[in-house]
Amino acid sequence: MAKMKGAEILIECLKREGVKHIFGYPGGVILDIFDLLYDDPDIKLILTRHEQGATHAADGYARVSGKPGVVLVTSGPGATNTVTGIATAYMDSVPLVIFTGQVPTFLIGNDAFQEADIVGITRPCTKYNILVKDVKDLAKQIREAFYIATTGRPGPVLVDLPKDVTQGKAEFIWPETVHIRSYNPTYEGNIYMIKKAAQEIAKAKKPVIIAGGGCIISEAHEHLKELAEMTQIPVANTLMGLGSFPRTHELSLGMLGMHGTYYANMAVQNSDLIIAIGMRFDDRVTGKTDAFAPQAKIIHIDIDPTSIRKNVRVDIPIVGDVSRVLQVLNKILKEEIKPQWEEVRKAWLKQINQWKKEKPLTYEFDPEVIKPQYVIEKIYEITKGDAIITTEVGQNQMWAAQFYKFDKPRRFVTSGGLGTMGYGFPAAIGAQLAFPQMTVIDIAGDGSIQMNIQELATAVVYDLPVKVAILNNSYLGMVRQWQELFYNERYSHTYLSTAPDFVKVAEAYGAVGLRATKPSEVEPVIKEALSIRKPVFMDFVVDWKEKVYPMVPPGAPIDQMILEEKKKERKLKAVK
Amino acid sequence: MRHTISVLVENKFGVLARIAGLFSGRGYNIESLSVGETIDPQISIMTIVTTGDDRVIEQITKQLNRLVDVIKVVDLTEIDHVEREMVLIKIAPRKENRLEVLKTVEIFRGRVVDSGPTTYTIEVTGDEKKIQAFIELMKPFGIKEFVRTGKVAIPREISQRK
Ligand SMILES: Cc1ncc(C[n+]2csc(CCOP(=O)(O)OP(=O)(O)O)c2C)c(N)n1
Repeated sequence: MAKMKGAEILIECLKREGVKHIFGYPGGVILDIFDLLYDDPDIKLILTRHEQGATHAADGYARVSGKPGVVLVTSGPGATNTVTGIATAYMDSVPLVIFTGQVPTFLIGNDAFQEADIVGITRPCTKYNILVKDVKDLAKQIREAFYIATTGRPGPVLVDLPKDVTQGKAEFIWPETVHIRSYNPTYEGNIYMIKKAAQEIAKAKKPVIIAGGGCIISEAHEHLKELAEMTQIPVANTLMGLGSFPRTHELSLGMLGMHGTYYANMAVQNSDLIIAIGMRFDDRVTGKTDAFAPQAKIIHIDIDPTSIRKNVRVDIPIVGDVSRVLQVLNKILKEEIKPQWEEVRKAWLKQINQWKKEKPLTYEFDPEVIKPQYVIEKIYEITKGDAIITTEVGQNQMWAAQFYKFDKPRRFVTSGGLGTMGYGFPAAIGAQLAFPQMTVIDIAGDGSIQMNIQELATAVVYDLPVKVAILNNSYLGMVRQWQELFYNERYSHTYLSTAPDFVKVAEAYGAVGLRATKPSEVEPVIKEALSIRKPVFMDFVVDWKEKVYPMVPPGAPIDQMILEEKKKERKLKAVK
Repeated sequence: MRHTISVLVENKFGVLARIAGLFSGRGYNIESLSVGETIDPQISIMTIVTTGDDRVIEQITKQLNRLVDVIKVVDLTEIDHVEREMVLIKIAPRKENRLEVLKTVEIFRGRVVDSGPTTYTIEVTGDEKKIQAFIELMKPFGIKEFVRTGKVAIPREISQRK
């Protein structure tokens, strides 16, 4: 068999893995690969303007499509620039394969030009990473990288490619199957535990389901719906789980946690059984852990055993793929245990509906100034809930989670675990590439958008008509909110005194910029933006004083929420 | 509580760093860690001594298991096992004490592995208590330096769950 160059082996492997798009940025040590991509008809390289942008774009692509995102960057600074994106994907279990160039093996460890120990740097934030030392192992190691990234609990895998490996030659041997002795994720849940869970579900008077991102990753939404409807159990979602259960469903409680709905938090705290599915009890969800759902038994279903009992006590642990576990659980409930669910749940659902009625999610509309929540509501109405929404981090993210009613999975793309400002815009670009026909909107803050604003060039060049709704409050709003509530209104360094003119920025890049300063302009601006097949920045100049409610103060139990603005006239010490 | 955990890993570069990083990155404590190849040169075995309450130990074993290069994790504390450690200790006793030192070495079934005009280097193996006791006994004679290997442990042949 003829020998192939390492770079050729890499490209061949990518094709066999079904890769169509790579997000990347070139540099000296990976030129051999770029050279091959120059006239490759099957794989398209999306050149971003920053490696962080490439990584987030691949991440957005992966989250909406369910396929692994692929990144290709050079060594040293190219590699280190991906770290924030890798850590973001790691925290949210997103399958990525990141290829980094590396200096030739004989220079490794010599502080060579553009050398960085990227395998060492990314060890804590990758599911797995590897330095390929011999071109003979390349195909096998790439195959394993994709396998590890996409199976079990997915995550980023980094493959470091020294220049002499991509230039060296070897026979191409494609391993048809992958077997890694030390890596065997558990997919089937323990049947004894599942049966026990079914019994608890039948016994419970006040149960709540908490559905997390794992329900989306394992495509469990149909089974989740079946479980909830059959047993008449209300469903709260974590931030990552939004869309796994229809928000418009009468059993939906929306999001729980620090900025969760009043009724989700009340339901969880007063429940006698929690069925936690594909979620990891993040501290933003539990609040004070010792005071979390004090009377509830907890059933926890997760593919990753380390998630179980990490933060809260668990009575019935079920390790397995949530989709498979739910299928078995539903079957048992359907065939073996069939109480009159409606009857059993009547009182509990009545209580929940009362909570919903008492304190729904609201804000005060103002005819003079734009309320950020109003912008989200309008985006929801106009897109009929059928857009892919990405977000940045901060108030914009929480308002999007609260006021856009996600009914379908893979429509809400946000950095949940790491909370990465600058994530949403490149992620939107990746999502748009995966689904060119869909409406993709990044809901942004004026602070966050400036963290990867350069990617506007990428959107323009590749003709990706993403929309960015900037909720422009001239502040690092979420931090300002904390300063107002917990730091005596001392707004230390949260006022963004010199924001750029976002309309002009958009125009400078060859995109379109629109602005709304009054509530009456919001709807026309959104409609116009959606009618343009180009990237658009929508600059919504919103009420800078607005805060995200409900809010559970840090360290408090989740039913102790600040629900609304104190009525006293606030003396705001604005820096303006 | 103190636990002795035995971890079977792929013998690849970077694995030790990954395991040590898991402990440091999550704020777990390593009291000792020793590594060596097994009969199969592709596999190494690590003996890790760590402390923590049940919840921490459960997390440690689960987190170790989650690492892609980890083949098997056994908490030896749960089963009957043999453990040993070795110390090399260099002392400089005064002339009149030399005999007593040598006697003590004998009692501990240790060996003098090196000696100079004024020093002995002594090797002692045993469980932790024995090593500790030996060090304590040597203190009055003037310890110049010592090194310990850290613990290695293996289940007993007819082992029973405690
Ligand atoms: C990269 C990064 N740096 C800092 C933070 C801390 N942080 C969280 S929210 C926030 C403010 C975000 O401001 P903006 O993007 O304007 O959004 P807003 O809250 O006003 O909607 C900051 C600084 C972060 N999450 N990410």
